[in-house]
Amino acid sequence: MVELPPFVLFYLAALAAAVLPRRARQVVMLAVPLVGGLALMNLAPDLLLRVAFMDLYLEPLRVDKLSMLFGILFHIGAFIGIVFSLHVDDRSQHVAALLYAGSAIGAVFAGDLLTLFLFWEMLALTSAFLIFANRTDRAWGAGMRYLVIQVLSGVLLLAGALMLYRHSGSLAFNHIGLNGAGSFLIFIAFGIKCAFPLLHNWLTDAYPEATPTGTVFLSAFTTKVAVYALARGFAGTEALVYIGATMTCFPIFYAVIENDLRRVLAYSMINQIGFMVVGIGLGTALAMNGAIAHAFNDVIFKGLLMMSMGAVLHMTGRINGSDLGGLYKSMPVTAGLCIVGAASISAFPLFSGFVSKSMVMVAVLEEGHPGVWLALLFASAGVFHHAGIKIPFFAFFSHDSGIRTTEPPLNMLAAMGLAAVLCIFIGCYPWALYELLPFSTGYAPFDGSHILAQIQLLVFSAAAFAWLKVSGIYPPELHSTNIDVEWLYRRLAPRWVRHCTQRLTAVSETLGETTQNASRVVMRSVVRHYGPEGTLARSWPTGSMVLWVAVLLAASLILYYL
Amino acid sequence: MNDKVHIFDKPQNVRRVLWALVAVCIVTIGADFFYHRHIVHPWEGVWGFYAIYGFVACVVLVLVAKELRKLLMRAEDYYDRDG
Repeated sequence: MVELPPFVLFYLAALAAAVLPRRARQVVMLAVPLVGGLALMNLAPDLLLRVAFMDLYLEPLRVDKLSMLFGILFHIGAFIGIVFSLHVDDRSQHVAALLYAGSAIGAVFAGDLLTLFLFWEMLALTSAFLIFANRTDRAWGAGMRYLVIQVLSGVLLLAGALMLYRHSGSLAFNHIGLNGAGSFLIFIAFGIKCAFPLLHNWLTDAYPEATPTGTVFLSAFTTKVAVYALARGFAGTEALVYIGATMTCFPIFYAVIENDLRRVLAYSMINQIGFMVVGIGLGTALAMNGAIAHAFNDVIFKGLLMMSMGAVLHMTGRINGSDLGGLYKSMPVTAGLCIVGAASISAFPLFSGFVSKSMVMVAVLEEGHPGVWLALLFASAGVFHHAGIKIPFFAFFSHDSGIRTTEPPLNMLAAMGLAAVLCIFIGCYPWALYELLPFSTGYAPFDGSHILAQIQLLVFSAAAFAWLKVSGIYPPELHSTNIDVEWLYRRLAPRWVRHCTQRLTAVSETLGETTQNASRVVMRSVVRHYGPEGTLARSWPTGSMVLWVAVLLAASLILYYL
Repeated sequence: MNDKVHIFDKPQNVRRVLWALVAVCIVTIGADFFYHRHIVHPWEGVWGFYAIYGFVACVVLVLVAKELRKLLMRAEDYYDRDG
């Protein structure tokens, strides 16, 4: 049997979806991740497909434990996303979603940097259509900003890859490590997609502007491809420990005061990626396993939370915490599923987040970073606070907004149900996931000390929320925009450009005026001498002409006789 | 509104949830008296470390975030306006 790279199936399905009628399209879309998943199981481990391209060797398919785990994850993520978006009657979104999922799968199986670059840019391009598909002015603007930043990340990756190629003569994508300008460019390229602090704003800007179903796909792929790339290329890079710790802490402050609940989840996503980045930075077997397992779980529980908020937006047309509340009365099933996602992201024992995040936490202490550990513990309490409590509380409980609606369409409920089952299954039986991990560490997740510590942390965080809420200290949800780094390019830069163009206009106006004045002076003197009244243009009387002719004749006579 | 009364429409049910939370808090922190955790770092061994840290972390988080609003908060259409 010919071994086909798994992305091919998704790209072919996207072609089919572009022409097929609605029913047939739905069947194809549902079948692709299932068939693709089966084909994935039959791929030989350590398979390497090499293609000669001019002088280069490209590797469009490299199978090892790391790429396989992300391959499986993206098939699951794609399936959940497709089920969730099945009711949508928008061909462009379906085609974009299939191409996007295929690109993510292509990227994790890419064995060389050039192939990775191609899928890196395809990820950017295809996902942007899930944002544009919302067809609002805001979505258009956010999508364009997103596209520019994502493409920039790709350009940096290509430049870095070419510099590495010139240096080493190889394009193979293996451990890179931070040494030299080329590797630094690639590090930044990965960092942009991974939402490093200061490079993160595309995520919180664009994801909440996508369609209710599009955000589910977006939250599954782009950042996780970046986490995979970091794990492959920069494991054990110490800078990542501190970058990751920053990522876990700063977004939670924004998440507390943000009103748009999908934007709260976007900030919370940066916080979760922070845990993965810390694990990759430590680079030990336990830390890497923790980081990768957490990426796996995050796709599912963050997907579940995004889906529950997508369902709320789909049914009520609202997503701001200040406009929602009391929805448990009319959407009790959605509320319950949302709470499963909230418990999972908060790492409650027996839910999926617990079995992966705790590995990173233990590794941080074992490697002797108590300061970073305190930061991560702070962030763990914080994530429970804003994602675990705030999301379900303000959407489904809190004060009754008076909105009465119904449960979302069946396919939405099914997708959320599937994700919730996976969250609980992995949380109760983590060994299924641990077997897929690249290292075997014999880590035992259900240890009395860990469980007690985590429960104490969480219930006292809940107590803090309850106390702040009851005493009225808790800040109310307000219609607002909170400025972030994006202010630099959405406000300061445009203002600067406007200022500069105004100055330039002023200069050109002055120049124009001076030129006009100068030419006016010249014209005036010309007019004085040559104009109708000018000395040189006066029509002289015939008499004086005759007189002058006589004078000239007389002068010439005199000269002749002399 | 003429629909039926739901579980949290009754204040006593909300109070029950809060009291249950208080009870769980007491039980879990009480466990620290007789359960000896194995620890990697000495801080973990301090009595009630995780509980107190969790509570303080959340209160600090909310109070700081509330103050940050003064610095960061703008009108909802801030970026949609010229300026």
